Parts: sequence; C-alpha cells; structure tokens
Amino acid sequence: MKNEMPSIDAELCEGCGLCVGVCRCGALVLDDGKVRVLPVDSCGWCGLCELVCPTGAITCPYEIIVEDGHR
Amino acid sequence: MIDTNLLRTTPYFTGLGDADIAAVSGHVFVRKADRGEILSFEGERAEAVYTIVAGVVKTYKTSADGKEQIFRIVRPGSTFNDAPVLGDSFNLVTVEAMSAVELYGVKQTDMASLIAEYPVIARNAITVLSRRVQDLVTLVEDFSFLHVTGRVAKMLLTYLHPDAAGHPRLTQQEMAALIGTAREMVGRSLKNLEEEGIIRMERNRIVIADEAALRKMAGVAA
Repeated sequence: MKNEMPSIDAELCEGCGLCVGVCRCGALVLDDGKVRVLPVDSCGWCGLCELVCPTGAITCPYEIIVEDGHR
Repeated sequence: MIDTNLLRTTPYFTGLGDADIAAVSGHVFVRKADRGEILSFEGERAEAVYTIVAGVVKTYKTSADGKEQIFRIVRPGSTFNDAPVLGDSFNLVTVEAMSAVELYGVKQTDMASLIAEYPVIARNAITVLSRRVQDLVTLVEDFSFLHVTGRVAKMLLTYLHPDAAGHPRLTQQEMAALIGTAREMVGRSLKNLEEEGIIRMERNRIVIADEAALRKMAGVAA
C-alpha cells in the first residue's frame, strides 16, 4: 500500500510555493499555480509543509489510536 | 538588484514616497541562503535586520538538552532580527532558513541613521515592535497559564474513537485550535508525552501506548 501523503485543499492553495521550498523529499511540485502532491516513499510526515503554509491549504493529519490489545 | 516597488510594501518602508524609496534602497542589500543555513546565531551581535522576499525561515532557541522551541515562522513580507537591531544588541534567537531564501537586509548602523532621518521609518519600526510584543505576550500566556500537556492528553482521549471507521484525523494546527494554544506548544507536548512513553508518534498516527497514564495526565478517571 502506498504511503498516505499530505492533503491539499486546492481552493485554499495560493501557489506561493513555500511548502515546495521546505519539503525535503521532493513530494511537492507547483503545477499551474497550485501545489500538487506526488506519492513518494520518503515522506516522513515531518509536517514542515503544513507549518509554513500561510493559508492552511496543506495538512498532515494524525489518526489517534490505542495500541493493539489495549482497548 | 533591489526592487523598489517591493521595498515600499515591506514593513519598515511602507508609506515612503518615490524619492525617499530610491534613497533608502541604497542602504538595502540582498542576501541569499540555502535551506538549513543559519542566518543569525543566538548571542551574537545583531548585524542587520532582514525582510523576507522569498522563502521561509524559523526563529528558535535550543535548550541545554537539545529541545528546540520555535518562536516564529517568518514568511515573505515579514521581518526578523528587529528587536536586537533596533536596540543595538545581541540576537535573542537563532534564525535558520527552512527553504532557499532571498532577503533584503539593512545593516544596524544604516537602520539607525534611516530612523533618525525618516520619521515614517521610525513610526513603522514602532508598529513592527509593537506587533512582536503582542505575539510574545500571547506566547508567554500559553507558557504561563495553560497546562498544555494535560490539555493535549485530554484532547487525545476525546478524539480517540474505538471503531476504525470513526477515527478522527487531526492536524497539529487543529489540535492547537481545539485546546486554545499555539501549534508549537502542541508539538512540544506530544514530544513530552512520547518521551514519557505514554504515546508513540508513528508517521501519521499517534498511538496511545499507556492509556492509564494518559488519563492520569488529563485528570480523567480511568
């Protein structure tokens, strides 16, 4: 199964490219004034793209679960 | 090459007329840096105030045990090194380029003469510093009054659903908004919880390893 990748809200994305500049794994590209996410195995969910995005367009959400067998 | 049209939109030089902008631009220099480059070191004398033209930087302090506390993420159009340069003092934080960056800089000595010569720049400097004080007061409030780790613990328990289909998914920004704190504080609290073995961060999952301890931390009965 492919890694889940950060999600983009195209309506919020203003194409400033700040996320592209901070991404260390080359997963983000500017395409026609919007950011597009490429599926790469090396994305470690560092959250830098979300941290620098001025409009909240790119997000790295977490699932909250209890360790197996504890619930 | 300094773009004077861009320069007149920056915090210090907004409101200057054509002739003044042209004169001021003679004191502005361009600095470029790559991702990871340190632009200012904490404790060193502040040499220049910078406005970001392109890219993004973070300002932070590192504790003795290596923990990083980010103070600001600075994006295009915003400035950094303001307080130490305007106070002719030492850098309070370290500044690191998070991406390739292009900056407009003004040396401390030039900034002092520009402020003496142009009242508009002096007023703008007050606005910049005032804004910075407001931001810092908010951060101090978070540090002082909120037991953030306890609130993060409670939030994790609240948004934990036993059924697979109902798993909510939250960004650190959303977690911060939910408990009324800064995203940086959430990140720090999650690290604390992880160091204590209560949770485990697994890429895009937060795994609760010790639910009883988490409940205790949250002040919630088991």
